[in-house]
Amino acid sequence: MTAATRTLTALRTGLLGSRANTLITVATLLLLYLVVPPLLRWAVLDATFTGDAGACSRDGACWAFVAAKLRFILFAFYPPDLQWRPSLVILLLAAILSASALPRFWGRPLLLAWPLTILACWLLMQGAFTSTPIPSNQWGGLPVTLFVWAVCFAAATPIAVLLALARRSTLGGLRTFSVLYIELMRGTPMVAILYVAMLILPMALPDGLSIDKMLRAIVMVTLFWAAYIAEVIRAGLQAIPNGQAEAATSLGLGYWKTQRLVILPQAFRVVIPGMVNLAIGFLLATSLLAVIGIFDLLNAARAAAADPKWLGFYNEAYIVVAVVYFVICFGASRYSQWLERRLAAGRRQAW
Amino acid sequence: MIVQKIFQRAVKATVAATFLATTMLSGTAHAGPTLDKINQRGTIKVGVGTTPGFFAPDSDGKWQGFFIDFGRALSIAVFGTPDKVEFTSSSPQQRLPALQSGEFDVLLSGVTVTATRAFKLGFHFGPTVFYDGQGILVRKDLGVTKAADLDGATIGAQSGTTGELNVADFFRKTGKNFTPVTIEDTGQFIDALESGRVDAITQDSSDLVGKRTQLKNPDDYVLLPERLSKEPLAPAIAGGDDRWLELVNWTVNATIQAEEWGITSANVDTFLDSDDPAIQRFLGEDPSFAQELGLDPKWAYNIIKTVGNYGEIYERNLKPLGWERGYNSLWTDGGLLYSPPFR
Repeated sequence: MTAATRTLTALRTGLLGSRANTLITVATLLLLYLVVPPLLRWAVLDATFTGDAGACSRDGACWAFVAAKLRFILFAFYPPDLQWRPSLVILLLAAILSASALPRFWGRPLLLAWPLTILACWLLMQGAFTSTPIPSNQWGGLPVTLFVWAVCFAAATPIAVLLALARRSTLGGLRTFSVLYIELMRGTPMVAILYVAMLILPMALPDGLSIDKMLRAIVMVTLFWAAYIAEVIRAGLQAIPNGQAEAATSLGLGYWKTQRLVILPQAFRVVIPGMVNLAIGFLLATSLLAVIGIFDLLNAARAAAADPKWLGFYNEAYIVVAVVYFVICFGASRYSQWLERRLAAGRRQAW
Repeated sequence: MIVQKIFQRAVKATVAATFLATTMLSGTAHAGPTLDKINQRGTIKVGVGTTPGFFAPDSDGKWQGFFIDFGRALSIAVFGTPDKVEFTSSSPQQRLPALQSGEFDVLLSGVTVTATRAFKLGFHFGPTVFYDGQGILVRKDLGVTKAADLDGATIGAQSGTTGELNVADFFRKTGKNFTPVTIEDTGQFIDALESGRVDAITQDSSDLVGKRTQLKNPDDYVLLPERLSKEPLAPAIAGGDDRWLELVNWTVNATIQAEEWGITSANVDTFLDSDDPAIQRFLGEDPSFAQELGLDPKWAYNIIKTVGNYGEIYERNLKPLGWERGYNSLWTDGGLLYSPPFR
């Protein structure tokens, strides 16, 4: 048998091999027949690619809207002539996230690079070294989504490690605090946390001292996410047999050295898929920032379709956003699978 | 002393928390004169929404709209230039607590004036800048020109809103029949109307006008003239700063008064040598009037020159969406807009 006939046979048994398979194949084809042609007609054949809103018919997609509004959806209110700044922020964040993803870079330099990158991003967005600073209510779009996501996740992780260790600690007070904190945070919706950042925090601060709204949101979201990450890390800690800690102690290592050199590196390997899963969920949760008036990617897209000159092209706006979210999330999930395989391979070698 | 201050702050925070939980607060908690903060900061913080024509960012990320222009006018009244103002979008649920907490100096987000908001929440309202109300959008082929003619129609209303109750009240009053269809999501109104599932939809007319332009054939539908509810939209500020309130009041009044006199951004300079002493006072040719009020003599001139009078603001932002002036005409044209005298 040639390769071609083998493939054909495989296809035939796969698609039409049994009665159930045939039924599923026919149903799928029917569904595709019903969905694909109208979608194609809307998205391509009847679509308008150039011109203004007047040129767009209501029967087809108006990709001219995307051409006109892509800048606003990606960068929102940021001054157009300084657009290289948020663009650079996106690149910086993409670079640090990629570096963090590769085990080859895991180490002390990466840990130092993180705060520096965050600081650089903040200064870039703020318009440092220009004549006019850019207040954070002019930030928006993709850089805000990525920045809040990356910063909060990065800042929450060390807090989460401490919380997870505290929850397993033998010191009663510490353990109770950790349990209370985690349960309180997990029992509160993120929207309520954002309202606290927006409304209650400014009232609790001394008069005259006002903290930037974006910063307040980042602090509260960090504290909130830390509770979730702590629980994932705790699961990793519990997966490490007691013998490891006992062996470390018998070698004369103290508590912190034991955790740092023996327990945590192993625990992190276990929890990476769980952490990536959380990270994907958190990326989508950043769209809640809209409730406190921060223009994240989704909110910017929504506002783009409210311009009287380009009224009501919500489908097109949401499709752009969906594509961006999908690319990031799909990338993250493929990465997680790759990493799992790699770490598993490493483990086989070691044992 | 310090302990006392911390205690006060804790009380403030608790009060805010209570407010947040119940959206109700007896008495007013004000953070001190708003105007001082505005001058110190150098900008006015304005809370807005996102409704086409009223407030929406354009492709360059600049806010445009009916309420936005009043924000720019306020900036001129305080600072002499239209750009010392920060617009921040805020959802209907959080805008009032945000105003209370001092996040905004003024809300230009289409807040309806109500007794509860004035008495219980302690907000102050400027002059009504837009008289909105619940309207009914119908298919033209029904042949109906006024709401009282609707009989046996199927009407879509958003579930859980006062709109649903108002339309039921209205039909009880007229004694006609109708079939209510509740619609959960505001995006589904257009589909329901176009697919023929309903003959008419009812919402605040500011929403309906925007929706009408999104229909496939907007000319096949008509907004009936009646309003089933009163929704006067006015600038809202927190209590405790009378001077700020007056600035908001008279900035709006200036745009209305200018329209009454026929003063526009284009012809304002020709009025500078007007013989009318009232116009001389208004435009600052007689500076003693504004000086007595503690204002820049050119404040009204600058507002009209830069932003335009009320009619111009309306034409620029709402006319392209198909808004007729209706109630929002001058009192001399049979509308409700009336500015107290500038004297």
